[in-house]
Amino acid sequence: MAPLIVCEDIWKIYRVGDVEVKALRGVDLTIERGEFVAVMGTSGSGKSTLMNILGCLDQPTRGRYQLDGLDVGTAKPDLLAELRNRQIGFVFQNFNLIPRTSALENAQLPLFYRGVSIKEQRKQAAAALQRVGLAGREQHYPAQLSGGQQQRVAIARALVGAPSILFADEPTGNLDTVSSREIMGILAQLNREDGITIILVTHESDIAAYASRELVMKDGQVVQDVRRVPHLAVVQ
Amino acid sequence: MVAFILLTVMTALRVLSRNRLRAGLTMLGIVIGVGAVIAMVSIGQGARAAVQAQVASMGTNVIIIMPGSTTVSGVRGGQGGAVTLTVGDAADLKKRSPLLSDTGWAKREVMQIVNGNRNWNGPVNGISPSYLTIRDWSFMSGGAFTQTDMEGAARVALIGQTTLENLFDPSEEAIGATIRIKNVPFQVVGVLAPKGQSAQGSDQDDVIFIPFTTAERKVFGSQFLGSVGALFASTEQSADLPEAVEHIREVLRTRHRLRAEQADDFTIRTQVDIGKVQEGTSQTLTVMLFAIASVSLLVGGIGIMNILLVSVTERTREIGVRMAVGAKRVHILTQFLIEAVTLSLFGGIIGVIVGIVGARLTTAIAGWPTIISLDSIVSACIFSLAVGLFFGLYPANKAARLNPIEALRYE
Repeated sequence: MAPLIVCEDIWKIYRVGDVEVKALRGVDLTIERGEFVAVMGTSGSGKSTLMNILGCLDQPTRGRYQLDGLDVGTAKPDLLAELRNRQIGFVFQNFNLIPRTSALENAQLPLFYRGVSIKEQRKQAAAALQRVGLAGREQHYPAQLSGGQQQRVAIARALVGAPSILFADEPTGNLDTVSSREIMGILAQLNREDGITIILVTHESDIAAYASRELVMKDGQVVQDVRRVPHLAVVQ
Repeated sequence: MVAFILLTVMTALRVLSRNRLRAGLTMLGIVIGVGAVIAMVSIGQGARAAVQAQVASMGTNVIIIMPGSTTVSGVRGGQGGAVTLTVGDAADLKKRSPLLSDTGWAKREVMQIVNGNRNWNGPVNGISPSYLTIRDWSFMSGGAFTQTDMEGAARVALIGQTTLENLFDPSEEAIGATIRIKNVPFQVVGVLAPKGQSAQGSDQDDVIFIPFTTAERKVFGSQFLGSVGALFASTEQSADLPEAVEHIREVLRTRHRLRAEQADDFTIRTQVDIGKVQEGTSQTLTVMLFAIASVSLLVGGIGIMNILLVSVTERTREIGVRMAVGAKRVHILTQFLIEAVTLSLFGGIIGVIVGIVGARLTTAIAGWPTIISLDSIVSACIFSLAVGLFFGLYPANKAARLNPIEALRYE
């Protein structure tokens, strides 16, 4: 089987007035199914830009990006939306739940755009919430939940559509140590038990330690790429 | 797709109910616009129905022929001043024009009428018996005089409601009573059913009918026997009216020996012509109404667009999240359009209710007749829906074209 993600010489160049900003300068990257990758780097290193491109939110200026054998670089906006809906789940630093909307409905969202029946949406969203340990909180609003719980709703939303990749952008950035550990535990478990590929952006090395592969970015390029045994022991 | 629409409508309702005051104020323009239209239309339709009833009270498919004016030494008399129409014209018309189902004639003069110690000044009409059929007069009590009364110049009279009220005590029995017209005693044989106001606004019930022959020989003292005040005719079908009018013109011109270059010495009017004058008035009203409605719907629509633009800005992050989890442009577009339509349609429905209440109040307070038609309600709803769609399109499109990355980062 072909690798899940194949990037060849990806460039992303922005124009800010007269100045050209080269956010990515020729990134080559291959990620196999089931990997747990941590992307590290200082701010401005291009890791967010890379995430956006890999997550089909943005497209490269130059170079080739294949997701599951499909060329994303030239895809139309609606196809990108379709890919995000079926292949990708996002977990953000600031949770990005829809306010004044119940946990269940937040978790339903990807299925909502997939045209699944309401009954099926509710069933699968409830199962996803249970999976992240939020059974019984279905009707709570985001404002009634703690930060860790909100992030768990976000994870439920990310995995409800059974995606092949989950992008987590500083998922513990706004959480305390205990909640951070819980969230990372859930992500590691999803990777281990369901084989979901996880790409994690972080600047904390103890969070990156959960991953089995670590990429370090600098000035728009991948400068370090190491595979290692993850600190699974930390989770248990 | 059904699930999507359903949930989107639910979301829209929730979003709007969260900001009730804002939603209410936004809808206000539409509410006022639609309310005004519904109220005004029902008042207009009520007025039109009243006018139609007045026109119908003339009779069915009636043609009225009035004599022309006279010119004596360069001084022109008014319409009807000449005595060019005669009983002979009426008889001849009936014979020659198969389209006419009946012809009749009348001559009127205002006279003093006396009953015991009461008296009243009212129009006395000498008529042919057929006049009553053409004008669709019916009776409260008693009945019409007959052809025999006509031929014998009998002193019998029919009185209208207004005349009855002025000449008789409520307890007094009118039928069989003797009244005096210009000192000539007449026996009342019939009391006419009320007809109300005419299309010109005069009281049709202030009337006394006597046989034409009696009138010209014993009451009016006419100079030319057989000259009438007006001729009346009717057709079976209203569609026959224009043709019948042309036919009457030809017959009368021949009878009056008018040369081709001479103008008619009579005027022909039909019920349809009289109705048209009134229609014209209500058409002006309709145009005004449409202008008011357009302006308020425009203002309402701009209000919706404004509030939706605010909403799109407020919810930029939410739009970003929706896009990130796979919402296509059409989904975002639909969501905001549904919100716009929900607002405008709600406004429209409230407007319809306000309009109906307004119309009812008008009837209750001012006593104007109003008719609330289903047509106006349905078209008000369709219009407000269209306003929502039209003014929602720009904000919805703006939302759908957001860049997901920027939307997600929006603070």
